[in-house]
Amino acid sequence: MSTGENLDWQGGTSPAAEGELRPRRVSSAFLEVRDLRIHFPTDDGLVKAVDGLSFSLERGKTLGIVGESGSGKSVTSLGIMGLHRGPANVSGEVWLDGEELIGSPKDHVRRLRGQKMSMIFQDPLSSMHPQYKIGAQIVEAYRIHNDVSKAVAHRRAIELLDRVGIPEPASRVNDYPHQFSGGMRQRAMIAMALCCDPQLLIADEPTTALDVTVQAQILDLIRDLQKEFGSAVIVITHDLGVVAELADDILVMYAGRAVEHAPSEVIFRAPEHPYTWGLLSSVPRMDRERQERLVPITGSPPSLISVPSGCAFHPRCPYCDLTGGKSLTEVPELRPTSTGHEVACHLTQERRRQIWTAEVSPRL
Amino acid sequence: MSEYEASGGAGTPAYGTPSPAGGTTASPEPAPEPGAPTAGAGTAPVTAAPVLLSVAGLRKHFPVTRGAFLKQTIGTVKAVDGLDFRVHRGETLGLVGESGCGKTTTGRLLTRLLEPTEGTIEFDGHDITHLSTGDMRPLRRDIQMIFQDPYSSLNPRHTVGAIVGAPFLLHRTVPKDKVKPAVQELLRLVGLNPEHYNRYPHEFSGGQRQRIGIARALALRPKLIVADEPVSALDVSIQAQVVNLLDDLQTEFDLTFVFIAHDLSVVRHISDRVAVMYLGKIVEIADRDSLYANPRHPYTVALMSAVPVPDPARRDKAQRERVLLTGDVPSPINPPSGCRFRTRCWKAQDICATQEPPLVQRLDDPATHATACHFPIEEGETVAGRRPKNAPAPA
Repeated sequence: MSTGENLDWQGGTSPAAEGELRPRRVSSAFLEVRDLRIHFPTDDGLVKAVDGLSFSLERGKTLGIVGESGSGKSVTSLGIMGLHRGPANVSGEVWLDGEELIGSPKDHVRRLRGQKMSMIFQDPLSSMHPQYKIGAQIVEAYRIHNDVSKAVAHRRAIELLDRVGIPEPASRVNDYPHQFSGGMRQRAMIAMALCCDPQLLIADEPTTALDVTVQAQILDLIRDLQKEFGSAVIVITHDLGVVAELADDILVMYAGRAVEHAPSEVIFRAPEHPYTWGLLSSVPRMDRERQERLVPITGSPPSLISVPSGCAFHPRCPYCDLTGGKSLTEVPELRPTSTGHEVACHLTQERRRQIWTAEVSPRL
Repeated sequence: MSEYEASGGAGTPAYGTPSPAGGTTASPEPAPEPGAPTAGAGTAPVTAAPVLLSVAGLRKHFPVTRGAFLKQTIGTVKAVDGLDFRVHRGETLGLVGESGCGKTTTGRLLTRLLEPTEGTIEFDGHDITHLSTGDMRPLRRDIQMIFQDPYSSLNPRHTVGAIVGAPFLLHRTVPKDKVKPAVQELLRLVGLNPEHYNRYPHEFSGGQRQRIGIARALALRPKLIVADEPVSALDVSIQAQVVNLLDDLQTEFDLTFVFIAHDLSVVRHISDRVAVMYLGKIVEIADRDSLYANPRHPYTVALMSAVPVPDPARRDKAQRERVLLTGDVPSPINPPSGCRFRTRCWKAQDICATQEPPLVQRLDDPATHATACHFPIEEGETVAGRRPKNAPAPA
């Protein structure tokens, strides 16, 4: 899994490695990701899907990871779970409750997966087996981690389906996935993810395939379950509305790197990265006056094989000229600001605040 | 919803007295055409434009069959079950609803990609309901479609030039040697590089492909474009680009749009009038501002309150005020009797199960605002946290 670990440390110092004790410092946070890099060698070149990502998360808290397609948000979650495919070069550290996962044996990570950490996928139709009954799939997951009889596991499956709001769970447990509607499948998927009371739950676009009324139900359910179990939750989505509903903290990703990380009120009240501004101004909002025109971000997201030099966002950034060419040559680090908020941008904080209040905020 | 208090009925002339039953007309007369310019009613300038498309009693039922050899019809899916609306020249009509409500089928009926089971479609004064393929061909110039998925709606083996140029060759509106410059002009128009004439769809990103689809739809200078979820598959930053492009093209070519989408905020942005569909029927149709400020149908209210608000500061308030619908949309094979929404509606009473509410003007709404509900939401009515009576209480 950690093949090619040395290869990926080329270019630039790792913030985690510098000035810190080696061997690795045991993390005190519940989940801590340090300088995670996941690169996929392909025929066309090295795809740097995740390129130096660090964050931490405590129990009972929700982190929202926002970004467009190809920003590396899904690969990050797969990397934490140890589920990424193919010959990937993975480096960095993932600490879960005092254990390092990246260097751990596969068998050990497999035992943790499903038990201590589990995942809800975007499309429940393709992530459930069509030929097995819903109940059987939950029973299987439960029995892998718990030494119980089939009957006990079956009762557990019914109990879980009931908890996630499936009507008549005792009979629906014997249905096949195609007999469930989209919303019910997503509920069943959540039941499966919850069967071993995981302490870390990763939801990758949990509501993208659902209608708004069903989405509201599922978001409600995730929120209630988190309150009940006190687990740490990572929600991955492109929908700013969904993260605003769920997350305590938000991490904005662009081209495999974090560009802004802050408590969610701060991200929406005083965002500081030009990409975050762009995202906020591109979506029409129901809670505000209707605008005549949307303000999109120009251009399109970069290819992860040839990420632009310097700040990866610079070709699309309207304020790139204000940094005196620094954006074109130097990769900005994610640095804490005085507002307790991390931003990776070469503009000075003063400048960013000024642009936000004078230009961006009024047009939202 | 706070909008109720904010937008009082002050200054609005009273169109009929609000009765407890909510309807202003109880007569079995055909419902007044929603959106039709009515004398004395303060209609928006757009709706005063001539009617381009007029749909009456439109139905599409798909047979459900069983058995491969001796096929038996065991039921019908009532995908579209009685639609009446008009689209005026130069306006954008938004069609919203959840999946399975029949909005895509409606789009395909309007473009005559599907044969209607019943009803009439009039386009520009011609009845096009049952025109044959041949008779329809000249009209195809005027009615074009933009599809949702830019990956499957473009032939991967054709170059962009061939895709966008195909309408010219089929309709012979441009001499063969002029096709290439015409295509390049179109590419420029939708914001693509004209030099990419010989490239294949896979060389483009999702947003660029959607632009190719738009260029193809524009080639014959149509009057009406039916856009079926044109931005749903795109990233947020790209979505805004395409929405702005559609906006510009509408102004430039005096286009009329039927914009089908499930995203209520995008629909509010782009539409002049909005129709909300549920299980094959329009439950509410109104001018955009009227609909979003004063939604009357409980379903519209629930749909709007379910949209997540990108503002964590208002998160708790939004959650408290949310109308949570339980369950899913019932099957269109066997829709509920009377009002189709009654099984999920918190206001449902006995009459809702027996009588289907007509789509008419309710309360003191403007004449362009029609709602199909026996008990429309009144201004100032508290709807927060409502659930159907038999639904389990929240944990």
